Amino acid sequence: MSSTTQPVTHVMPARHYLNDNYGIRSWLLTKDHKRIAILYLFSITFFFFIGGIFASLIRLHLLTPGGELFQADTYNKLFTMHGVNMIFFFLIPSVPAVLGNFILPIMLGAKDLAFPKINLLSWYIFMGGATFALIAMVSGGVDTGWTFYTPLSSGYVKTNVITMAVGILFAGFSSIFTGLNFIVTTHRMRAPGLTWGRLPLMVWANYAASLIMILGTPVLAITLILLALERGFHIGIFDPKLGGDPVLFQHMFWFYSHPAVYIMILPGMGVISEIVTCFSRKRVFGYSFIAFSSIAIAVFGFVVWAHHMFVAGISVYSAMVFSLLSYAVAIPSAVKVFNWTATMYKGSVSLDTPMLYALGFIGLFTVGGLTGLFLAALGLDVHIHDTYFVIAHFHYVMVGGMVMAYLGGLHFWWPKITGKLYPEAAAKLAALITFIGFNLTFFPQFILGYMGMPRRYATYAPEFQVLNVFSTAGASILAVGFILPAIYFVWSLKYGEVAGPNPWGATGLEWQTSSPPPTHNFYQTPVVTEEPYYYGTEEEVRVVQ
Amino acid sequence: MSNSQTTTTDHPALVHQFDDMVQQKEASTFGMWVFLLTEIMMFGGLFAAYLIYRLKYYDAFVAGSSSIDVTWGFINTLVLIGSSLTMALAVSAAQRGVRRQQQVFLVLTMVLGTVFLGVKAIEYKQKYDEHHIPGGFFQTFAPTDIAHDLVEKEGKTPEAASQIAERTQIFFCFYFAMTGLHALHMIMGLVLMTWLLVRAGHGEFGPQYYTPVELGGLYWHFVDIVWIYLFPLLYLINRTHGK
Repeated sequence: MSSTTQPVTHVMPARHYLNDNYGIRSWLLTKDHKRIAILYLFSITFFFFIGGIFASLIRLHLLTPGGELFQADTYNKLFTMHGVNMIFFFLIPSVPAVLGNFILPIMLGAKDLAFPKINLLSWYIFMGGATFALIAMVSGGVDTGWTFYTPLSSGYVKTNVITMAVGILFAGFSSIFTGLNFIVTTHRMRAPGLTWGRLPLMVWANYAASLIMILGTPVLAITLILLALERGFHIGIFDPKLGGDPVLFQHMFWFYSHPAVYIMILPGMGVISEIVTCFSRKRVFGYSFIAFSSIAIAVFGFVVWAHHMFVAGISVYSAMVFSLLSYAVAIPSAVKVFNWTATMYKGSVSLDTPMLYALGFIGLFTVGGLTGLFLAALGLDVHIHDTYFVIAHFHYVMVGGMVMAYLGGLHFWWPKITGKLYPEAAAKLAALITFIGFNLTFFPQFILGYMGMPRRYATYAPEFQVLNVFSTAGASILAVGFILPAIYFVWSLKYGEVAGPNPWGATGLEWQTSSPPPTHNFYQTPVVTEEPYYYGTEEEVRVVQ
Repeated sequence: MSNSQTTTTDHPALVHQFDDMVQQKEASTFGMWVFLLTEIMMFGGLFAAYLIYRLKYYDAFVAGSSSIDVTWGFINTLVLIGSSLTMALAVSAAQRGVRRQQQVFLVLTMVLGTVFLGVKAIEYKQKYDEHHIPGGFFQTFAPTDIAHDLVEKEGKTPEAASQIAERTQIFFCFYFAMTGLHALHMIMGLVLMTWLLVRAGHGEFGPQYYTPVELGGLYWHFVDIVWIYLFPLLYLINRTHGK
């Protein structure tokens, strides 16, 4: 790091968005995108740990083949609520609503998002949805699986499906509003000189994810409304007894929920692009390829949904088309991985904590992505469908990929958000623990799934126990890796070193304003005159090092 | 980004995050179109499901559609088209800054919207009386009159007729889901109109600033257009058949 060669003591700016005004009203009625991001940060951290508790209970239960800890019904509720919590109340809002909300307007050189009131409204809608979800959870839970397949969910189970559906519907509307805000802001509020070809890749990635949010989420909304109508009024839209088609529900559900995994991963990829270039001290390799691969993923993401339904009785021809298209998603994803790797090649790589998470992301996302191709293969999918192979694949992409990216981004922008540096040694340790714990938890599940252990069962055959014990042991290590950052982040608020405007020596408009930024982000509207990620010529960078 | 730095940088309606009124108007308008796109996707999901069942149970959809009183639907179509006209006139009045006309046309739009919802309520009441509300929640779904008509007018056997009549349940699911979602949008439109009416009363709109009225109009026209699709899809399926 260049700043370590000549130690400078920074001081906190006199006025910034955190001390601009005080009191509960100044937070709950704020229209400042940075404060709304903080509100989201607290909310989703809460849900992350709730979902984490459910996950821990699942892993504890699976320690023994007989599953002595919980009744089978309770186990069904645990994995359902783990899924609903983590997907709708953590992963989907994680990078966009927290990091994107905070950093995207600053990256664009704007004073705020285009619609600050709608931004605040989106948080309130999110909290409304969260309240419904919590009510559903404490009043008995839901046991349908997070996919709510009909007619199980619409007719047979006795749990609070409607309350949970309303909660998810609300969370969906909040993500629509976030996406709408990002799209309009990116189009209309870029600083002078900030052309589309100069946008940070984080903005491109969030833009692509926003496209999916506004096009996909409304379909989820109508699907959940139809589900709630069917359950509440005993009508037959999806119920085969009344002439309905349960497979139609799966089509409509996955039309959103498959692209939704790209809502989750794309912003994470944006974070990784920022981190990799910054800690390689090199212009990103193939800027336009990374930028357009985000858009390509968003587009392809909409035409692959039926690969979740290969064994649901869809026609073999449509299955072949969807299989082929699913393979096509690998192309833009691989473009990203190769370009990140090429960016590091001959760069001056420094292994600060955000970079550790980014490297973890690249490796684990690659494993998760490649095993996705196994699942997209028609023949193989019949064998491993609904097994732990799917669980492992999904968690490699979502935890190994997305959560790593979120944590990497949180470390990367923590100095910008709070003005304080986190303790580097503890953070590196946590990143390492997370990586080890993660692999120990989920790699055995690939083997378990391939051997035939089905998902969503409260018990399993005794020969699977050894690997399950490994997995549970890994989960407890992983938990340590997640709790540590929560502790030292809070610690750094009081005791952390003052960061200064640009602790990483990074490019990008967000590093040109003070840390924490003033309420309106910049005292003068910045003008962009350089290419993105311009770290100087190779010689210049070497001299600085 | 626009460079016009005329008198539009110190208008009272300019909010802090924008540089000038032109940027503000462009952003708001773009935002409204994006929002309408999400609405199209939401109704689109419903239309797609409708299409699938219409292809699957075509006879039942024809029978269900024929049992609806087309007169009320036709009247409502005219009412909504009329409300689009008054809405457009309200936008024009806002552009010219004529406060009285803005209020009159906004009130007329709201009156027509309320008439539409009133007619819809009458239609729903009819469905209730005829036992055409699907599901077992209100009263048992019993489309005996539809079965009767199929035997009388189409010459179906009683068994075939009662089977088709039973399947009209799924048609009525869509009838209520689609018109219900549309009516919900009408109610939201009325709330929006009330808000515009209050602001128009304060004289906030004029040649420099009329974006809210214009965007309220966009929303209102969108809800209208949805009805223009709903009317033939629900009321006019193969009406001439068998006559």
